Amino acid sequence: MDPSSTPVVRRTSRRRLLQAAGVGLAAPALTGCVTSGGNDDDAAVAKGRTSAENPLGVPEKTPLEVVIFKGGYGDAYATNAEALYQQRHPGATIDHKGIQKVGEALQPRFVADTPPDVVDNTGAGRLDLATLVGAGKLTDLAELLDAPSIDDPARKLRDTLLPGVVEDGTLDGKVYSLNFTYTAWGLWYSKPLFDRHGWSYPTTWEAMLALCAEIKKAGIAPWTYQGKYPEYLNDPLLAMAAKAGGQDLVRAVDNLQPGAWKQQPLLDAAGAVAELAGRGYLLSGSEALSHTESQAAWSQGKAAFIPCGSWLEAEQKGITPDGFDMVMGAVPALGAGDKLPFGALLAASSESFLVPAKAKNPRGGLEFLRILFSQPAARKFAELNSTLPSVAGATDGLTVSTGLGSVRGAVAAAGTNTFTYRFRTWYAPLAKAVDDATGELATRRISPAQWADRIQQAADAIAKDTTVTKYRR
Amino acid sequence: MAAMRHGKYRFLAGAILPGLLLYAVFVLSPYAQAFYLSLTDWTGVSGQVTFVGLENYQRLLDDRSFLAALRNNGLMLLVVPLATIALGLLLAALVNFGGRRGSTMLAGIRGAEFYKIAYFFPQLLSLPIIAMLWQFVYHPNEGLLNGFLRAVGLDALARAWLGEPGLALWAVMAVLVWSSVGFYMVLFSAAMESIPRDVLEAAVLDGAGRLATLRRVIVPLLWDNVQVAFVYLGVLALDGFAIVQIMTVGPGGPDGATEVIGLGLYRSAFTYGKFGYAAAMGVALFFLTLAFAAIALRASRRERVELS
Repeated sequence: MDPSSTPVVRRTSRRRLLQAAGVGLAAPALTGCVTSGGNDDDAAVAKGRTSAENPLGVPEKTPLEVVIFKGGYGDAYATNAEALYQQRHPGATIDHKGIQKVGEALQPRFVADTPPDVVDNTGAGRLDLATLVGAGKLTDLAELLDAPSIDDPARKLRDTLLPGVVEDGTLDGKVYSLNFTYTAWGLWYSKPLFDRHGWSYPTTWEAMLALCAEIKKAGIAPWTYQGKYPEYLNDPLLAMAAKAGGQDLVRAVDNLQPGAWKQQPLLDAAGAVAELAGRGYLLSGSEALSHTESQAAWSQGKAAFIPCGSWLEAEQKGITPDGFDMVMGAVPALGAGDKLPFGALLAASSESFLVPAKAKNPRGGLEFLRILFSQPAARKFAELNSTLPSVAGATDGLTVSTGLGSVRGAVAAAGTNTFTYRFRTWYAPLAKAVDDATGELATRRISPAQWADRIQQAADAIAKDTTVTKYRR
Repeated sequence: MAAMRHGKYRFLAGAILPGLLLYAVFVLSPYAQAFYLSLTDWTGVSGQVTFVGLENYQRLLDDRSFLAALRNNGLMLLVVPLATIALGLLLAALVNFGGRRGSTMLAGIRGAEFYKIAYFFPQLLSLPIIAMLWQFVYHPNEGLLNGFLRAVGLDALARAWLGEPGLALWAVMAVLVWSSVGFYMVLFSAAMESIPRDVLEAAVLDGAGRLATLRRVIVPLLWDNVQVAFVYLGVLALDGFAIVQIMTVGPGGPDGATEVIGLGLYRSAFTYGKFGYAAAMGVALFFLTLAFAAIALRASRRERVELS
């Protein structure tokens, strides 16, 4: 599994079911051609002279081939970055391809060692990062990260990225991919609705329960959730646990430590979710609603809070009534003893860019990324897509919608206090066990203790399974 | 003489071989590949394949979700064909012989042709569309079903139909029956039309009631059709992948309540990257289906009813 993918990608893949099935059908056909390639003697890699203007030594006349996943974000932001590349390197011709099935198109080229120079490896049909790394098909991006940034040559590119972005592309201690978009998770509500009733966003769970009682009195369901896909409800649960238990708790969970799921903060967070259900604070029937149905109910004002990632505003475009002005807040603190501050965020990057090891112009590929991750290119992306890029400060001064503005504010407030669980992408069967258990927890068919027991069993089974590749962080 | 026979064989071989070849390439070889893959740990993306013998099959026996899938497919195998055939026969009989014209009962009800088309209609929709449609019907808050229950004062019966483990599989099975009953009604109806009138008139003259005529005369005469329907519906019940994938919580839930073998196979291959293990599920499903078809055809063998 791709350790840098996020629930955004997971969700897309579920919706693109048939598309994915098509890729799957094509997969067996690829088995026959996997043993070729592996030519070890490196061809002389084209390299130009390095200078302050050209720190990565891009050869001036070598063409550049860029392959972009043309999904929800389109590829206009990439052609924009290519134009900037062309300005800096007028001698180069650029071959741009915006495609949907990245894996299908590129697997044979990786096998034959004739890959493009830079790839946006995203979407349901993307190539598995761990497999590519294992086969030695990718360039280590350390040099790029240590290169001076376009906007301020005194700062390394590494230092211009939002917290966690470098880690998200790291596998076995080396950085092989750089993720361009940034997703944060939290609780969403309509600001005008809260203002009208004089409600303020609760920063502790106690305050949340008190507010829920008031919301219910006003004739609105306090919460709804995307019950058909219980992973959406996991996000606030796991975020609350991580804030209470700190990064150590997250690491213990991801590293499959014995008893990791029975840590007190996880039990408390599960208890909190169970309490919402127990007190009747969940919109009835939520457990059978899809993400579109529950989010529509929320947009219609039938429920006050909904947990979701920062893509929600863009997804609800066209459904949200005027003046709804949605905003996202960090999940409340479980208690006074929390290890991370209230503003700490569950956040991760996605839209994974990589430079193939056998590219004809790897220097150009790296340079393209240096340009893409610059302020002007990232800003253009934010303008085009209302999504936060993973470049720090890229949207500063930009007039943005309430949703994106609140996400930007939350990310700024969190600072380095962001965290992300990796088990979802490392151990998909464990993710399913957690989803199932949380679905049962939210309908009160199991208790928080049973919730922890079930998941711990699943985690132990994976820890014992010798056929599963283990990762550590 | 010998030369002619030789020529005949050559002609036959020429006629049959291309077909056999196509069959071998597009039917047999994928199966053979699946059998082979089920003995490996292939991930579906990497080139490395290790032969692991029967390990995948051993794992199947410990896999709780696979066992749940077996149980659910088993229940579907019991319920879906029986309910569909019973309803199909009943509806076909009503359409053909349910009318009240005159003293005999041999006329169909008024508007029979309309009913045939109306019931057949779901057959024209693709399964994903049917699944989407019924998802709206089962919607806990705005769905047609709960809306109807509330409108007639049965508020207490309104449920999150797809959200309760005890109901979800039944809700799915109801949709499967709904989607296929029309086709079998038309099939049985066509077969009923070929039953000679005098046989039925004789039964009526002998004083047989409607149900008795249906059970003792019509169904035995339709037995071949029923048998075929049973096998087809059994195969449908052993699958159920598309409808479960689209309609249910999780999908396959809540908590594995609607898990089916096809879904586990899909998840193992495309979510977990375990194509070898998924192939083992596929092979298990292949043998289950084969065994079911063989048993169904053998067990339901009856003496032919001769009309003359």
